Amino acid sequence: MSTLVQHPSSLQGARLPKWSPWAIAVGSVAVSIGLCVATGIESKIQWGLIAALLFVFGTYFIAAGVEGKRQAKDRIATSMVWVAFIIAVVPLASLVWETVKRGSKVLDGYFLSHSMGVVSDTEPGGGIYAAIIGTLEQVGIATLIAVPIGVLTAIYLVEYGRGHLARAVTFFVDVMTGIPSIVAGLFILSLLLIFDMSFSGFAGALALAILMMPVVVRSTEEMLKLVPNELREASLALGVPKWRTILKVVLPTALGGITTGVMLAVARIAGETAPVLLLVFGNPFINNNPFEGAQASLPLYIYQQYANSAGSEAAYDRAWAAALTLIAFVMILNLAARGIARWKSPKTGR
Amino acid sequence: MAKRIDVSGLSAYYGSFRAIEDISMTVEPRSVTAFIGPSGCGKSTFLRTLNRMHEVTPGGRVEGKVMLDDENLYGAGVDPVSVRREVGMVFQRPNPFPTMSVYDNVAAGLKLNGSYKKSQLDDIVEKSLKGANLWNEVKDRLNKPGSGLSGGQQQRLCIARAIAVEPKVLLMDEPCSALDPISTLAIEDLIGELKERFTIVIVTHNMQQAARVSDRTAFFNLAAVGQPGKLIEIDDTERIFSNPSVQATEDYISGRFG
Amino acid sequence: MDITTKNIQTPPPPPQPTVAERKRNARGATRPGDRVFLGLARGSGIFLLVIMAAIAVFLTWRAAVAISKDEGNFLTTFEWNTAGTEPVFGIAVLAYGTIISSIIAMVIAVPVAVAIALFLTHYAPRKLSGPIAYVIDLLAAVPSIVYGLWGALILVPHMDGLFGWLNDYFSWTGIFDWEGGAPRSMLTVGILLAIMILPIITNVSREVFKQVPQMHEEAALALGATRWEVIRMAVLPFGRSGVISASMLGLGRALGETMAVATVLSPDFLIHGSLLNPGGGTFAQNIASKFGEADEFGRDALIASGLVLFVITLLVNGAARAIIARRKEYSGANA
Repeated sequence: MSTLVQHPSSLQGARLPKWSPWAIAVGSVAVSIGLCVATGIESKIQWGLIAALLFVFGTYFIAAGVEGKRQAKDRIATSMVWVAFIIAVVPLASLVWETVKRGSKVLDGYFLSHSMGVVSDTEPGGGIYAAIIGTLEQVGIATLIAVPIGVLTAIYLVEYGRGHLARAVTFFVDVMTGIPSIVAGLFILSLLLIFDMSFSGFAGALALAILMMPVVVRSTEEMLKLVPNELREASLALGVPKWRTILKVVLPTALGGITTGVMLAVARIAGETAPVLLLVFGNPFINNNPFEGAQASLPLYIYQQYANSAGSEAAYDRAWAAALTLIAFVMILNLAARGIARWKSPKTGR
Repeated sequence: MAKRIDVSGLSAYYGSFRAIEDISMTVEPRSVTAFIGPSGCGKSTFLRTLNRMHEVTPGGRVEGKVMLDDENLYGAGVDPVSVRREVGMVFQRPNPFPTMSVYDNVAAGLKLNGSYKKSQLDDIVEKSLKGANLWNEVKDRLNKPGSGLSGGQQQRLCIARAIAVEPKVLLMDEPCSALDPISTLAIEDLIGELKERFTIVIVTHNMQQAARVSDRTAFFNLAAVGQPGKLIEIDDTERIFSNPSVQATEDYISGRFG
Repeated sequence: MDITTKNIQTPPPPPQPTVAERKRNARGATRPGDRVFLGLARGSGIFLLVIMAAIAVFLTWRAAVAISKDEGNFLTTFEWNTAGTEPVFGIAVLAYGTIISSIIAMVIAVPVAVAIALFLTHYAPRKLSGPIAYVIDLLAAVPSIVYGLWGALILVPHMDGLFGWLNDYFSWTGIFDWEGGAPRSMLTVGILLAIMILPIITNVSREVFKQVPQMHEEAALALGATRWEVIRMAVLPFGRSGVISASMLGLGRALGETMAVATVLSPDFLIHGSLLNPGGGTFAQNIASKFGEADEFGRDALIASGLVLFVITLLVNGAARAIIARRKEYSGANA
């Protein structure tokens, strides 16, 4: 048994029928329910866990008995992979489902067009108008700062970059990608402390720009590398100076991809809460001026509605509605970015 | 222990596209059978149906019968995994496992099929590498990565890996097309030796190679692009190259097309 | 060639460039336009370096100010009290909490993510795997504050059952001992972080597994390997370093995560042996929670703790880069 599992003369091993995984699954669920009811276990999580364990071990022993050890291992791997997938889907699906279900309760035109103002955190009413304004301004300013610097850096790395400086930039862009958002916030905070300045939307935008730059550099770099060298050479051979070649030939060719990268980067920073918490501080009133005074922000609004409301249902409803708005914003950006990438890819590719 | 292959009425599909149509032939044990024909005629596809590798390709499916002695490879309840253990395969590009040493590459198939003692394993690895004419070149570097060998050595390593599990049949899919002439010669010599122990089927683009190594030759052709490939004829290699019974075979061999 | 050159340069007809000029043009750095443009591009790259240097310098500066006034030991004190005239603060609890919560997250997330990546590349029906991969990709973009809200309001109440069960059967281990408080503990934080980093690790691992050359998998199949054996022989060895670097990426996220921890954990300044009892804290969470009431000195102290977090994430990311670099060399040798 240990050296050769199947008989060398025969290609036919004993095989479990095709429906057997389903049968074992149904069987283990039934047994686990029976077991749990009998022993008085109430938690559904435990029901699921016991059923999953029964399924995995049931599969192994049945298969080992009928088909042999190797097939049993194969089957156990298959069932583990499926079980892992299902276990992971539950929380992720719940996240989406709960946000949509609870968020749609108070999400309406009024909610989008009004701010908290003097509405107490524990009472119903109010909305996210100021937060939307704040987030749009902060993300907008961050984008205006980060995109030119990011794209130019990428151009430097791809079109000019040789030697120590380029290598250093590449390395530190990598390092920068890994900076926790709260550290970026602390950095700007240390500047505020040193220069004795106060909270503003702009300070938040600076921190967001730091988080955005490396993402833009990376994605732009990838896109510029995809532009075929023949195009550059063709243009240079016509006597077009290099900088015009880059502006008129290289960048337009890669524009779709660069746009995609920028949109994904915007989607990423739009949901950043920590730096905004440190630098923008939050404000129930509308403050349209990002350069002066505390502002509101959508992700921060979610946190403050959750944290400052002492368990009030009205505040939780507002938090969910704001979360749904934020997810919708991020998802639309993501879907649009992917759409652009797909639409543009045949032209830039190869 | 080499076995005879008897194919009857075999067709293979990629999704709804029929790649080869209604092939019947017999492959004799302890001999080398070469498949020749123009690109796209389905000879590689056909080869892959002989150890059920065709169905690994998404959408791949097979109709018909392949008898290995008296067992149908496509019979109900046959496990493709056991089929592939009986019918080994060497691929067009040498593909030793890059993360494994020379030794582990040869032992890879054995370790799947149960536990061997270290000394047993050592013996089989040595025997297989000798069988693949590679032992003298690698005996001092058995623990070095297999990917460090030259292309020709890698291909012989793959042959050693395939014969280590003692299959009944050895399929070779253009085993020399990625190799230089000297390595090719080494592999061809090896094929001549291996046919004493195995049934060998080799797909080749190189007609001189078919003439040099094979006992029997099968010629495949297709009516037009998009049409399924068919077996035109199979005969002793000498006959095929001197006096084929079908005009298309002669045209192909004399270089008038393909 | 002539015609096109004319198109660009006329009118008026310019003086014919000398050979030397042409040569320089071909190198492309002598025209004023080229010089300005190169200057801008290089300047942006240098600006990025300056920012990185500034982050390190300013954080260190403020941190040094704070630590010099710390009446306790910055590394070992179990307290965070920056308001009085004798400020006492230390990072021991935060370091412990950050590392423990990240370890829990990794232990859960990495195997599950690898399994899902294998599921998508090798097990799922092809019609299913494309859309699922797309959705998981999108989930990686969900902001962490939303995970935090979901964790605090949905996950926490659902943890009671699991906690009770662990306490019933495993309290003897010490780490699963539950005194019955709200399940806002390190284990819950770790589980939430795991759920959060799962999409990222899955995505990167899936990419790596997709790149395993077909010929390696076929080599294993042709030896008579089952699907699982193909994965063990050809897929996992090839993808190992990719999975490690994906995990490091996830670890970096988990270490620095602020909001998801701040919403779920109910913090204190003690190291708890049990993972089920609420308490403890992480660097990022402590900064977010303490920031509101901190005065200027308090903020400096928080910056000091942030600097430690910065260094830890740098080390983790550096390790990930090193592994990726090794992988590049390695695959180059095989090409």
